[in-house]
Amino acid sequence: MAEYALILISTVLVNNFVLVKFLGLCPFMGVSRKLETAIGMALATAFVLTLSSVCSYLVNQYILLPLDLEILRTLSFILVIAVVVQFTEMVVHKTSPLLYNVLGIFLPLITTNCAVLGVALLNTQQQHSFLESFFYGFGAALGFSLVLILFAALRERLAVADVPTPFKGAPIALITAGLMALAFMGFSGLVKG
Amino acid sequence: MDIVIAIAAITGLAAAFGLLLGYSAIRFKVEGDPVVDQIDAILPQTQCGQCGYPGCRPYAEAIAAGEADINQCPPGGEAGVQALADLLDRDAKPLNPENGAESAKMVAVIDEQVCIGCTLCIRACPVDAILGATKQMHTVIADECTGCKLCVSPCPVDCISMVAFDETLETWRWPFPDNKGTVPILVETAPHKTDLVA
Repeated sequence: MAEYALILISTVLVNNFVLVKFLGLCPFMGVSRKLETAIGMALATAFVLTLSSVCSYLVNQYILLPLDLEILRTLSFILVIAVVVQFTEMVVHKTSPLLYNVLGIFLPLITTNCAVLGVALLNTQQQHSFLESFFYGFGAALGFSLVLILFAALRERLAVADVPTPFKGAPIALITAGLMALAFMGFSGLVKG
Repeated sequence: MDIVIAIAAITGLAAAFGLLLGYSAIRFKVEGDPVVDQIDAILPQTQCGQCGYPGCRPYAEAIAAGEADINQCPPGGEAGVQALADLLDRDAKPLNPENGAESAKMVAVIDEQVCIGCTLCIRACPVDAILGATKQMHTVIADECTGCKLCVSPCPVDCISMVAFDETLETWRWPFPDNKGTVPILVETAPHKTDLVA
């Protein structure tokens, strides 16, 4: 159990996918302008990340490995992710039309979120078990949600701040992201060994 | 031989996923309610909330569900009630006085000398027609303003007034696009409300 807690803490804080591994920067910069859309995006991505992490583990373990087809890993993981995203979109459309309207184009865009593929590939690279894959994906999702929501809240304040003209818009956002990444680097001594 | 297995595996995987998605497409099919869209198209889209619902779309949904009557929209006026009655095959009735009376078309105007830049009216505006930032002067984008009056009461210095204007050939402009019809090509030459209020 301690092992799973360690995976969770390490993916959420120490090895945060966005700020330490620099994966999934596109939605991090693109959807963080408003807190509400950031929260919606965080929820949808969290769901997709966890589910696709587990699904790609199953595909890898029970289809690719027995058939000796590791070369097809990236291709089949992309397939899995696309299906999971499409499935999520259908379920969200059915269960919560409001959230569906809010998320809009961002939902299909999760397909190209490299954090999702990154988690799936890192799972196989580090030879995680089923439960480890689940917690790795879930932790990555929590970490992504955490920094996306924090960043969106920061940017809402930045929007009304008196920023020097050359830094307005994307530059100050990137600098803020860099400072956040710096802060998250501080967690690197959290887990010993 | 390897390549045959590889192709077969990917094909099988894709086919299995395709079946799964095909099934869930049927299982999670969304039945759209075209009546709601039609009602929403008739409503004036002022998002003023005078009907007691947080916007035009929720009111349209309430009408379609039979929870609300068709005479609760003052900005739409008697003409709007008539159009709704025709659409829904009901009898037209006068506007419910509880929701307010039909008034001339209005547009909000901020007295920019008095404005203190508190952003309260920006938050109240349902259509984002007010421009400004903290401690900066605010102004109303007259072309976007629907005249819903929601910004008037939050203003702490009472610098917002509603100015009525008659719809004449000079002030008429194209209605909101409904995303179904063609895009008007005369936008450039259409007169602006700003000409009137300035």
